[in-house]
Amino acid sequence: MGEPLLTSLPAAAGPAVVTVAPAWAVAVVAVLGALALAAAALDGVLSARSASAGGAVGAAGRPLGEASRLLRQRRRTTVQADTLLWRTGGAGLLVAAALMLAVVPLGRWTVADLAVGVVWFNAMDVMVWALVWLVGWGANSAHALVGGYRFLAHGLGYELPLMFALVAPAIAAGSLNVGAVAAAQDGLWFAAWMPVAFLVYLLGVAGFSVWGPFAPALGTDVAGGVRAELSGVDRLVLETGRYALLAAGAAFAVPMFLGGGAGPLLPDWAWTLVKTLAVLALLVWARRRLPALRPDLFMEIGWLVLLPAALVQDLLVAVVTVWRS
Amino acid sequence: MTLEAALLLSAAIFSVGLYGAISQQVVVMVMMGLELMINGVILAAAACWWFLAPDPTGQVLLMVVIAAMTLEMAMGFAVAVLLHRARQTDMTDMATDLSR
Amino acid sequence: MEVLTVLVDIAFVALGVVAVLSGGAVFVVDSMARATYALAVSFVAVGVQVLFLQQSYVGVVVILMMVMEMAVMAVYMVMFMGMNPALMPMSMVHSNRTAVATAVLTFLLLAAGILVVDWPARRGSPPRDVTEALGEALMGPQMLVMAVISPVMVATIVAGVVLAAPRTRYDRFGDDLRQRPPDDPQPGGVGR
Repeated sequence: MGEPLLTSLPAAAGPAVVTVAPAWAVAVVAVLGALALAAAALDGVLSARSASAGGAVGAAGRPLGEASRLLRQRRRTTVQADTLLWRTGGAGLLVAAALMLAVVPLGRWTVADLAVGVVWFNAMDVMVWALVWLVGWGANSAHALVGGYRFLAHGLGYELPLMFALVAPAIAAGSLNVGAVAAAQDGLWFAAWMPVAFLVYLLGVAGFSVWGPFAPALGTDVAGGVRAELSGVDRLVLETGRYALLAAGAAFAVPMFLGGGAGPLLPDWAWTLVKTLAVLALLVWARRRLPALRPDLFMEIGWLVLLPAALVQDLLVAVVTVWRS
Repeated sequence: MTLEAALLLSAAIFSVGLYGAISQQVVVMVMMGLELMINGVILAAAACWWFLAPDPTGQVLLMVVIAAMTLEMAMGFAVAVLLHRARQTDMTDMATDLSR
Repeated sequence: MEVLTVLVDIAFVALGVVAVLSGGAVFVVDSMARATYALAVSFVAVGVQVLFLQQSYVGVVVILMMVMEMAVMAVYMVMFMGMNPALMPMSMVHSNRTAVATAVLTFLLLAAGILVVDWPARRGSPPRDVTEALGEALMGPQMLVMAVISPVMVATIVAGVVLAAPRTRYDRFGDDLRQRPPDDPQPGGVGR
């Protein structure tokens, strides 16, 4: 009758990964913060260069200046705002990003070696649907709500292709454990032989970070959209959350598509960081290079182009996997 | 942890959902009541699996429950949209003639 | 180890209480968005409880699906009821007394059954990899379940679209179905 919970099963750990003590979750948050800051600094440099203003050092420090400005700014309040939901949405983005990063192994170590880490990541990126919409809703402001709806419309377009893109590495590795997926690409990275899934995945990361082509939810044509009524520390939390999501998405790409910590000379944790930074830099750079995707038009692209492409990719991967075994 | 405690929690969730499904006038709120009932069923099924018979095939029942929930939601939304378009209403009370 | 077991038990019961209370909040709060996301909290709590019960795949899928569904549900709520986020007192219930009585009676009946029944001891032991076991079951001995659910799902998608879509192909392609390009209120992204 009284079976103990949780404790009686051996952890279904991937062979290549060591689970560290839960206290290391602090390190996860620190790494996430550092990555988000790096992304923001790079974005500052790229902005300054496209505006051809200021030196690179000053531009890299601009996010910090912006942060301190926002910290001193007064928080805006709106009439009859649903403050509980509004604040939950903003702060939740950071939490979701940290929970995503918790399942990503840094070289050999991981904080949470879930047997279903891939699905866990997926569940966390679905959380973002709710959170961004709540930020738009809570302010009791028309423009913010329009932004929230734009994000949900984008979500309907990118989420299913993203899910099926994540399926491809899981099929090839025969496991939903992130460490096992990383260990399975011995020699040949998944990004090399499942490029469609990799590209769709990167597009999905931009999607759930409300980044680049998916920024219409924050568009200037709707007075800033979701963040129209955000100021001061609330705006800082939202922006940090977006960079953190971008960083977590980039970090998750490493074990899924880029061979985890594999690489010459450097130790595996260093390779994980280097690859993460490379993907992150690519995403930050792409922000200015890609056109905005209108939510109404992207819906059809997502369902008629990206989804079938991801499914065909899954089929090919499944056939190859069966053939190899 | 005992099976009884888990089942009592699931029965409480189920009963709250039942209250909502009976008492609410708005179609979407009725759906939320139904979903809460299914939520209780999920907990009960998971608890029975773990405490009574954690064999490999037992989880299939849970997959069926989850599938039933998606069907409920898809058809519920479709009917709610249809009702809204046909009668500009979202209240069950204004669709009582459907039961005749 | 003993202490850990007790802590896990407390966490499990606390999650259950959260699930019940937020489930109750769905029918009490004064805002559509709050009601919807209270239900989402209830589902997340149960999902985590299912994780505690070792069925990690099912637990995570419950969280994933339900948060997504509630995000969509909130849109429907606002669309049909057109409320602003202001916390307007609202009461949209009928036969409240019957409903309360039915719910309480049901709970008492279920509780009595739960406490009276002499539950058997556990049979068998959990598989080493629960998720793998689920996959093996679905693609092996329990294949029929999958084979039945799949067509039902497809039928649901078709039926849902048929019920909900206001326009038919005659609206798009004209009476003789020859009009190209189709007449859509909103152009698609791939230029059909």
